[in-house]
Amino acid sequence: MAILEVQHVSKSFGNTEVLKDISFTLEKGKVLSLIGSSGSGKTTLLRCLNFLERPDGGVIRVNSETLFDAENPETKQESEIRRKRLHFGLVFQSFNLFPQYTALQNVMLAKELLEKEKPDYKARKKEIHAEIEAEGRKLLTQMGLSERMDNYPHQLSGGQCQRVAIARALALKPDILCFDEPTSALDPELTGEVLKVIRGLADQETTMIIVTHEMAFARDVSSHVIFMDDGRIVEQGTPAEVFGDPKEARTKQFLSRYTQG
Amino acid sequence: MTFTEQFPIVFQSLNVGFLQTLKLFFVTLLGAIPLGLLISFGSMSRFKPLSYLTKIIVWIVRGTPLMIQLLIIYFMPGLLGNNIWGSGESGRFIAACAAFIFNYSCYFSEIYRGGIQGVPSGQEEAGLVLGMTKSQIFFKVKLLQMIKRIVPPMSNEIITLVKDTSLSRIIALQEVIWAGQSFLKGNQGIAGVIWPLFFTAVYYLIFNGILTVLLGRLEKKLEYFR
Repeated sequence: MAILEVQHVSKSFGNTEVLKDISFTLEKGKVLSLIGSSGSGKTTLLRCLNFLERPDGGVIRVNSETLFDAENPETKQESEIRRKRLHFGLVFQSFNLFPQYTALQNVMLAKELLEKEKPDYKARKKEIHAEIEAEGRKLLTQMGLSERMDNYPHQLSGGQCQRVAIARALALKPDILCFDEPTSALDPELTGEVLKVIRGLADQETTMIIVTHEMAFARDVSSHVIFMDDGRIVEQGTPAEVFGDPKEARTKQFLSRYTQG
Repeated sequence: MTFTEQFPIVFQSLNVGFLQTLKLFFVTLLGAIPLGLLISFGSMSRFKPLSYLTKIIVWIVRGTPLMIQLLIIYFMPGLLGNNIWGSGESGRFIAACAAFIFNYSCYFSEIYRGGIQGVPSGQEEAGLVLGMTKSQIFFKVKLLQMIKRIVPPMSNEIITLVKDTSLSRIIALQEVIWAGQSFLKGNQGIAGVIWPLFFTAVYYLIFNGILTVLLGRLEKKLEYFR
């Protein structure tokens, strides 16, 4: 049973078609890597899944619930978008941590705001806060940041910031965690520590979609790979198929640049 | 009358005048800080007529001397047949407040706009994907970052405002400059003396010194994050 179904998604910015007829499915607990050159539409696809952009056409389903259907105006209601977003988590290339909050506060903030809206919040305030804090500490420890919880983002290295951002996304327990080039802003040394964390999540069967230029990592960690070019899915399959035996000339050409280097 | 005899009389008058200066200063701040926020929202509105209208108003207010605005706001209603300000010092004070609030809120609005637009769009997006509402994002994420950005330019404007209050002399508001000048024309037996007018500068200088220290502290407080 697929946790995510994407069917015929398209998106244009003005006259530029950025996504053309994108369809794929993702099984629960699996890792999907999106590869392709810059401008191929990978990031836009992630942004569509997270409702930061609205597709012009197509259907997005999570756990068989239709979150978006271009043909059905009911699925486009602003009021529902907030709830639907929570199916997805997104880790940004530039972290986007909140600078005025500590690592722990960054992880706790969104969860607390959500709990505040529940009717029993006032009565159980302290208890709920303690639960959220314990969960936040656990996540940061899991990310190897037990010594850094009370530091502000500007006191952390890029790799540490990105690990806080991952913990922040995990705190809301999304069905699918998306990464938008999570290591592109990091130097090779720091890249390693972030990839290690993502690999750890893959081992725990976290469902993930990863946009990345780290080919060796994509090959190693993912169960499914999609190669995109010019807004289209050119080729998809297991890492062995896409990396080991690419069918399309465009895929071969793209991958050769990495193997040569 | 010797200087030592003059001084207590002058000091007393200048204090009364400076109290009026301070009242104008604080009322302007109290009015212009929130009104400026409204105007900045107006100029950033996606509803084009509103954003053009606010931009034209801001252009006029920033493009003409505050002294002329004071004169127009104070005298225009009377010339049109309805002196809404009333007579006497209280009327002048209300008119001066209206002119200053209007003028300063336009300057503040531009500072706010810079502060709001200066917060990276990634902050809003991070909030959205974490399921926050627009207002939660504004108050919990962006507001403090915006305040941090606007404190230095606002400090500048606030210090300018202290000195600009002296422009209300043009409509004879009895602030500290007016009080100093009164000893030139003659007041409580002192006439033709110019030093009280010069001495008013000390009031501005000391008050701005205090403000500089306070605003500097606020800036320092916000240095805990970047």
